[in-house]
Amino acid sequence: MAKTHVKMKVNGAEVEGLVEPRTLLIHFLRENLNLTGAHIGCETSHCGACTVDIDGMSVKSCTMFAVQAEGADITTIEGVANADGTLSALQEGFRQMHGLQCGFCTPGMILRAHRLLQENPNPSEAEIRLGISGNLCRCTGYQNIVKAIQYAAAKINGTEFTEAAQ
Amino acid sequence: MNDQTPTREQREAQLEGMGCKRKRVEDVRFTQGKGNYVDDLKLPGMLHGDFVRSPYAHARVKSINTEAALKVPGVLAVLTAEELKGVNLAWMPTLAGDVQMVLADGKVLFQGQEVAFVVATDRYAADDGIQAVEVDYEELPVLIDPFKAMHRNAPVLREDIKDKMDGAHGPRKHHNHIFEWVVGDKDLTDAAFAKAEVTIKELISYHRTHPSPLETCQCVCSFDKIKGELSVWGTFQAPHVIRTVVSLIAKLPEHKIHVISPDIGGGFGNKVGAYPGYICAAVASIVTGKPVKWVEDRMENLTATSFARDYHMTAEIAATKAGKVTGLRVHVLADHGAFDACADPSKWPAGFFNIVTGSYDFPVAHLVVDGVYTNKAPGGVAYRCSFRVTEAAYCIERAMDILAQKLGMDPAELRLKNFVKPEQFPYHSALGWEYDSGDYHTAMKKAMETVKYAELRKEQAEKRAAFKRGETREIMGIGVSFFTEIVGAGPSKNCDILGIAMFDSCEIRLHPTGAGIARMGTKSQGQGHETTYAQIIATELGLPADNIMVEEGNTDTAPYGLGTYGSRSTPVAGAAIAMAARKIRAKAQMIAAYKLEVHEDDLEWDIDGFKVKGLPEKFLSMKDICWAAYNSVPPGMEPGLEAVSYYDPPNMTYPFGAYICVMDIDVDTGVYKVRRFYALDDCGTRINPMIIEGQVHGGLTEAFAIAMGQEIRYDEGGNVVTGSFLDFFMPTAVETPHWETGFTVTPSPHHPIGAKGVGESPNVGGVPAFSNAVNDAFSFLGSTHIQMPHDFWRNWEAAKRLGVTG
Repeated sequence: MAKTHVKMKVNGAEVEGLVEPRTLLIHFLRENLNLTGAHIGCETSHCGACTVDIDGMSVKSCTMFAVQAEGADITTIEGVANADGTLSALQEGFRQMHGLQCGFCTPGMILRAHRLLQENPNPSEAEIRLGISGNLCRCTGYQNIVKAIQYAAAKINGTEFTEAAQ
Repeated sequence: MNDQTPTREQREAQLEGMGCKRKRVEDVRFTQGKGNYVDDLKLPGMLHGDFVRSPYAHARVKSINTEAALKVPGVLAVLTAEELKGVNLAWMPTLAGDVQMVLADGKVLFQGQEVAFVVATDRYAADDGIQAVEVDYEELPVLIDPFKAMHRNAPVLREDIKDKMDGAHGPRKHHNHIFEWVVGDKDLTDAAFAKAEVTIKELISYHRTHPSPLETCQCVCSFDKIKGELSVWGTFQAPHVIRTVVSLIAKLPEHKIHVISPDIGGGFGNKVGAYPGYICAAVASIVTGKPVKWVEDRMENLTATSFARDYHMTAEIAATKAGKVTGLRVHVLADHGAFDACADPSKWPAGFFNIVTGSYDFPVAHLVVDGVYTNKAPGGVAYRCSFRVTEAAYCIERAMDILAQKLGMDPAELRLKNFVKPEQFPYHSALGWEYDSGDYHTAMKKAMETVKYAELRKEQAEKRAAFKRGETREIMGIGVSFFTEIVGAGPSKNCDILGIAMFDSCEIRLHPTGAGIARMGTKSQGQGHETTYAQIIATELGLPADNIMVEEGNTDTAPYGLGTYGSRSTPVAGAAIAMAARKIRAKAQMIAAYKLEVHEDDLEWDIDGFKVKGLPEKFLSMKDICWAAYNSVPPGMEPGLEAVSYYDPPNMTYPFGAYICVMDIDVDTGVYKVRRFYALDDCGTRINPMIIEGQVHGGLTEAFAIAMGQEIRYDEGGNVVTGSFLDFFMPTAVETPHWETGFTVTPSPHHPIGAKGVGESPNVGGVPAFSNAVNDAFSFLGSTHIQMPHDFWRNWEAAKRLGVTG
């Protein structure tokens, strides 16, 4: 099949490549750019394992063509850590609060939480739960993911995080 | 001593050993997208394979034409059963002693069955090829209802064995019958029922569901023709078993097969078995001389690679009027689908379902399980539970509630009255198990006190009265569940897979600077083995957990082990770690005695080294002993500090727990709200409380999903109607309840560190707690049992049936 040239910004760097018009963005990221952090869990945009940030929105990259991302500014999990290589507040929160187990949903979950905290810097538990409801996790039961996001929000806002009592 | 000398507490804390909420070492890579999952692997020249699958549940395959497919750009090969017959791989053995088609041989037996394998340069081209394969089918009568499987006129599903009336587990009664498994004493049980003051009988079905880890099953196979070696990277919960299976069925020498399980994105039992995709990818690599990747999509995962449950259990309990149980009788109709691909230890066709007497002191019991074939996907696997234990726990926990209802007794009180008592352990159950330890009464009472059980029952009584007065449309249910798990398979005397005893293993090698590596026969799929295993070593050997690297999944470097499922990692491999560490410590003690110039018997272990008894200042740390092991061992001793242990457990372990669920249901909409869920678990010694709690949260969420809606459902024509995440219930953060957890600690008396396993308990205990809550809510309206799953629609149907809504 004839290939199309695409160009976009990924994690701050200009990238380009040749793709079929039908190539999904997730495959372009994973196979052309070797950014394997975003995962494929369902191909039907239910699970959110493929979530990346595109032009300030959380997007499921398994249901978007690479050609639709022409000129876009994309952040993937590989671009989330602090500039000095340390874990970002969210990454640290997920580790501190045991917000992950198998790690397969984690990149998508962190990218979604990253955008959620831009949209709402101090979300309530209910707002967090609704805000991440497009991302499925089979391991954690979400409770510690909620805490991880609360931890990150507190760290970013410079407020004190106190783990809610059971 | 000076101020810089660390205190005992500081020395212990520095180790991050057992009992510590150590943060996970895995998270550093996972939170940065640097995990290494199968689909991340890219080899030079790698091809992609994908399946043509059957649209029919039962049909004759009259012809397969691959000509057009082979002309599709990028398509290099199409495998069918004919090609596989050339290498004797059209069929493969299952772990349950049956055989299974790798690719459709003459007919298809379930929707989604693998018919042909298209190999192409990339996944898109493979998909193009699939569209171009022409298959001519002739539809056959479909059998979906297991209760009709053994009717006289039921269609013959398995033509390959229709005249073979002797199956892998004894005689077959019908052409669609697989096995009959009988346990217990029929005569004594019949006698108990004959003189029973009270009996109950109920058909309790546990619907078909699916483990559906977020990462589907996948592999990359690469055959090196020059060396004659096959490398397989795959989502394998049991990599060594896969290597042995591949060696046996592909007739390749085992040392020339390299099986590697990299990071696995959840397993829950789905990744124990061997699937046609693995065989086809291996054959395709041999045929093409190139690496071949196979990645199933979600629909394929839900419809073809295994299922769980599908047990239809008729339970009867005999009891006295005072509520003392006197006998248990259970018949199970087990729907295995088209092939018996159950992943159980060889001698256990229904797994450990004979744990069905649960936590109760039944003097007699009798169990019969009949396995049957239907036109559904083959299986079934243990979805986050030990083999068929969650079915057993559901059966007895539901039945006990039904008995309580008949007796007019509180279900918690009935349980307390019948629990095996602490002084009865080790307890021999009527169906043949020896429970190692337990204190059920303490656990149950603690759970009841925590949720203020008596107050909840009072509130429920008031709400029921208000409902009857027409003041509310909401009903309240309190679900009580008390489970006993049986995990840690298993002792070689009764557990094997393909003849290999179900031991597990650990090899520890300490380096001169006091760091080391532990290699294991198990394989984490998210359980955090890299973190917790190192904690066991830290405590046993006095070296910081941070200094120990845990490696799993590479069959070339890891000692042989049976893998991770059935909560066996801590009970079996965890014991192997302790035993290997103790071998090292024994050698370390000899080295320490030599260096400190005392007799070994004059030394005693002290947190992180050996000290001379009575002379605490004469101390040699384990770190210093590691160094000495490489330069100044006693005369005649070999240098080095390493050990391996293959641990054959003397018994299973028996974790238990008390769960209570409080739920409100609107009878006009069927909408339920889980108001409260409390889970008390006793898994013996607790290695990492943070990870235990995480395991419980995850298992409860899966239990919630299963009980409240997660189902693989077929229509009458054999079409899967829940084949995507749109229809297959996967709870999001919004639906998932808030979990409260608690614990008691009753160490296993036979396990080196007293640990019992916990990962699967919440699924085993959670499902009956939810289902009992729903059933309890409806019970005052005259209902004894409502089948799972309890989604809104079924709740509303139940309300309608009971005449309380329009």
